Amino acid sequence: MSEKSRKKFLYLNRRAPYGSVYALESLEVVLIGAAFEQDVSLAFLDDGVYQLVEGQDTAGIGMKNFSKTYRALGDFEVRKLFVERESLEARGLKESDLMPIVWEDEDEDWAEKPSIAVVDKAAMAELIAASDVVLSF
Amino acid sequence: MTTATAYEVNGQTIDHDEEGYLSDIHQWTPELASVIAKSENLDMSDEHWEVVNFLRDYYEEYQIAPAVRILVKEMTKKYGKDKGDQKALYALFPYGPAKQACKIAGLPKPTGCV
Repeated sequence: MSEKSRKKFLYLNRRAPYGSVYALESLEVVLIGAAFEQDVSLAFLDDGVYQLVEGQDTAGIGMKNFSKTYRALGDFEVRKLFVERESLEARGLKESDLMPIVWEDEDEDWAEKPSIAVVDKAAMAELIAASDVVLSF
Repeated sequence: MTTATAYEVNGQTIDHDEEGYLSDIHQWTPELASVIAKSENLDMSDEHWEVVNFLRDYYEEYQIAPAVRILVKEMTKKYGKDKGDQKALYALFPYGPAKQACKIAGLPKPTGCV
């Protein structure tokens, strides 16, 4: 694919994983969209940071626990997950509360590299400004 | 393509949707896989099982079925280039290694599959 037709896609995730369908819908669009070989980033802010919290248990609410699916994103060549530091802090969360999500580098014998980067609000604003397409969920 | 709405295995009826995917994925058994395969005019060989088992493991780990190109990549990683070959996978599952193999593996239709 030529660089010209490659755009910077940013998926903004701002809502808690359950209670509304936004988080799951966003994830499904990301997985389907991955086939188009665009430059994809995911951003998690506000309650969206809860989507990546480790140890989710949906048994009590009768919904599918799709949190494991975020760990498949690396296979789909989605390797950039940005989490806003201020959103984590406002909810008493730390980076260590998030699931480890990695991608495997084919050029380095499938070495696992982290996909999650915690960034501050200013960096998040820059990321949004630098994107060609922003999809908000 | 089957028109019935259920598979019969060992005297049990297992419901499926109009495309043949299981209504309840927890009802899957290896015997059922062979029955579903038969309804798709396939006989399960060791190679078929390798793909079906791979898909089930992948689903167990990630709660989704991989799209074809992911399947190819992951099979290459796990079993080498001979197995991780799109043509070889289509030879095993003519209606699509993800779509058809997922049906036999008792998994939902893959997201964004072709």
